Amino acid sequence: MQVGRGNSTTAVTLARRRLWRIGNWGDALSRIAFAGLGLSLLAVALLILYELVLESRHAISAFGWGFLTGTRWDPVDRVFGAAPAIYGTLASSFIALILAVPVSLGAAIFLSEMAPPWLRSPLSFLVEMLAALPSVVLGLWGIYVLIPWVRDPVEMWLGGHLSFIPLFDGPPFGVGMLAAGLVLAIMVLPIITAIARDVMQAVPTSQREAMVALGATRWEVIIGAVLPYCRSGLMGAVILGLGRALGETMAVTMVIGKGYNITASLFQPASTAASTLASEFNEATYNLYISALVELALILMGITLLVNILARLLVWRVARSPGVIAE
Amino acid sequence: MKTDSQLRPGAPIMSYEMRVESEPQATVSEAEALSEGLVVRDLNAWYGSFQALREISLLVAPKHITAIIGPSGCGKSTLIRCFNRMHEVTPRARVSGQVLLRGEDIYAPGTDPVLVRQRVGMVFQKPNPFPTMSIFDNVAAGLRLNGFLVRRSQVAEAVERSLRQAALWEEVKDKTSRPATELSGGQQQRLCIARALAVEPEVILMDEPCSALDPVATLKIEDLMRELAREYTIVIVTHNMQQAARVSDHTAVMMMAEDRAGEMIEFGPTREVFTYPKDKRTEDYITGRFG
Amino acid sequence: MSGFAYRRRKIASIVVLGLCASSAFAAVGVLALILGFVLVNGISSLNLDFFTHMPTPLGEPGGGVANSIVGSLLIVGIAALLGIPAGVGAGVFLSEYASPRLGNVIRFTADVLTGVPSIVVGVFVYSMIVLKMGHFSALAAGIALAIIMLPIMARSSEEMLKLVPRSHREAALALGITRWRTILSVIIPAARRGLVTGGLLAVARAGGETAPLMFTALGNRFMSLSVTGGPIDALPMRIWRYGIGPYPEWHQQAWAASFVLVMMVFTISLTARLVLTRR
Repeated sequence: MQVGRGNSTTAVTLARRRLWRIGNWGDALSRIAFAGLGLSLLAVALLILYELVLESRHAISAFGWGFLTGTRWDPVDRVFGAAPAIYGTLASSFIALILAVPVSLGAAIFLSEMAPPWLRSPLSFLVEMLAALPSVVLGLWGIYVLIPWVRDPVEMWLGGHLSFIPLFDGPPFGVGMLAAGLVLAIMVLPIITAIARDVMQAVPTSQREAMVALGATRWEVIIGAVLPYCRSGLMGAVILGLGRALGETMAVTMVIGKGYNITASLFQPASTAASTLASEFNEATYNLYISALVELALILMGITLLVNILARLLVWRVARSPGVIAE
Repeated sequence: MKTDSQLRPGAPIMSYEMRVESEPQATVSEAEALSEGLVVRDLNAWYGSFQALREISLLVAPKHITAIIGPSGCGKSTLIRCFNRMHEVTPRARVSGQVLLRGEDIYAPGTDPVLVRQRVGMVFQKPNPFPTMSIFDNVAAGLRLNGFLVRRSQVAEAVERSLRQAALWEEVKDKTSRPATELSGGQQQRLCIARALAVEPEVILMDEPCSALDPVATLKIEDLMRELAREYTIVIVTHNMQQAARVSDHTAVMMMAEDRAGEMIEFGPTREVFTYPKDKRTEDYITGRFG
Repeated sequence: MSGFAYRRRKIASIVVLGLCASSAFAAVGVLALILGFVLVNGISSLNLDFFTHMPTPLGEPGGGVANSIVGSLLIVGIAALLGIPAGVGAGVFLSEYASPRLGNVIRFTADVLTGVPSIVVGVFVYSMIVLKMGHFSALAAGIALAIIMLPIMARSSEEMLKLVPRSHREAALALGITRWRTILSVIIPAARRGLVTGGLLAVARAGGETAPLMFTALGNRFMSLSVTGGPIDALPMRIWRYGIGPYPEWHQQAWAASFVLVMMVFTISLTARLVLTRR
């Protein structure tokens, strides 16, 4: 598009230079191309929603709202109810949070407030490596290392001494809700720790100094100045962890057994939405079966979507840059 | 440059040590500016709803140095960025009025700003060579990335020519493949000048080119400017009045109005503006009463 | 201030902080525990055969995971080819072109998309592609992983591109270089370290995924190099299948395969971080 340039490197005859009309196709095209890629994110999200709704309409019309409350999952009789799966998803995730959050916050406090600089990076790195661990490897470890340990001594002890509590009632299988909760806790721990640490480090030093000047002990500084300041960010971290736990598949599937019921007992084999999908999808042979599974996936997506939106709203408000989170 | 505190009527405000050339400073003729230089007519510029420039009119003489001076925030940089259509790169920025380059309005509808910028080059306040490129690649960047030249021999020729023009060749000729970031501040700025020269512009805009440099580097660049003015039209923004007085042929003085829009209050040959300013505000600014 | 009360507070402080420290080390301890078992159980089965041979018929000892490794490389390769340029492009859009409001919408969508369970993505691709194609394939698996990589790449690319100072863009534009050329030849090279890191981390994440592969690649006992031809195996799938299978030899191989997978993922992650700090 350059008129009059030619191949000469000496000054071009100035009179020949003109300001032309816009012939800059490159910019116009590239703008469209990049916009397309940017919008592809929206497109993918919407497409996933659309496709899931589409494929589950068979089951939706067959069971309606009863799908959410039904407790039988019987491919032979062609009856599908998702309640135990949903319950299992929520219960296992909450157990994971109960176990992981105190440890995560403690570790985050250590990394952010206590650790000497030379220790901070390597330790943070190791915690992030825990997050990078493939779920299936954790599941394998879960089957052959964790489950035997859970069966005996953990469940034996709990069943022996505390069986009056419904949580600890029942034969100690090893596989079941407790093991699933433990495995999820391990998966969720590094995520909460990393975000909580970032959020805590962002608290201005002046806040801490103000507390110190009042004569507070180190712990009082943390609980009085640091934690309150980043409260919503910490909540966001926990909820992001929850979001991850809800959708986690492989490790959970490998240790939760295959029970399909709603009980209080942690020792019982159970199911989550994800584990049901993982174990049954390849066996689904007829349309209603597949449709029911897709509807289950839709429900799972709905739950995680809600939780993630909530978490992002909280985290966005506090920490400006989520950074690269190894989920 | 001495500030004369004795104010006798009719006496020059400052005694003025001019540069060596004895060529008298003429006013700019409009015809000359129209055919070979820049003519600015009723230029207004906004950032969103905030007006940064109001009704600026100016003549830039070809192959001379025109300085734009004024207190901080009066819109000098905004003005100069309107000359190569860089102002509109800022989101929600817009311009009205005319800027005629050799008689053609660069803001005429349908004009490609990319082509404008190839004819009106710019050197920035803080030297900004591309850090991932070598000295050679920096100077060649404009040529290569615009698709002007591809053949190695031609590019090498152009790079050497530009570096010579920027008075940098002798210092870097043995190390043109070294990263540009290895150069000193003053050298980097001359590299940026060479980079701008390589594209063979007609006008070179300089936005406070020496404010990030030490005095020795500054003087080198001022010498370079005078050399370049033989071939190119140069417009320089500076907050350093002495520099403007040393280097420029014509000076435009800008002031900030009450609504913080920038206005041009005086324009003329440098010697006149500094010794017999017509506007009281110019006099105040030059004698340091404010700004 | 009573000395006794203060001492009690001080002790409380030390105790609680001690708990925090032990939490941190507990987290690392768990990692060590897991890695330790993987190492100990897996390394005994590692030999050259393991890497170069195919699986033996059911129940027979010996054999290797060559087809799984090749499958993983192929699938992740496809995913990277699709996901990384698209992600960087989306990042460019967010950083260079998008208006604040549109940018926020897309950014938010990306963040939410990263939270979609990978199994749901698998179900989606199964429905959209596998059913339509009529069979499983490496391509479908690659697409599923690319969908997982896309929002991660987009966000991290945007952050890296935003770090490039404005002066670079201004210098290039002032030379009369077009916008797209500026992006391609000035800005992206300036951000290349961060972009490479982002890409490596996304690949490490995708390589360890199993769930989406179950619905798109299915798994295969034989070597397959075909992109669209049919089921293909991958390392994570192998670990799962052999891990829950009935034969002890399979369990051994599952540990060994786990060791290989973990080594690969950790090496890539480590490289990614080194790129950022060193080069």
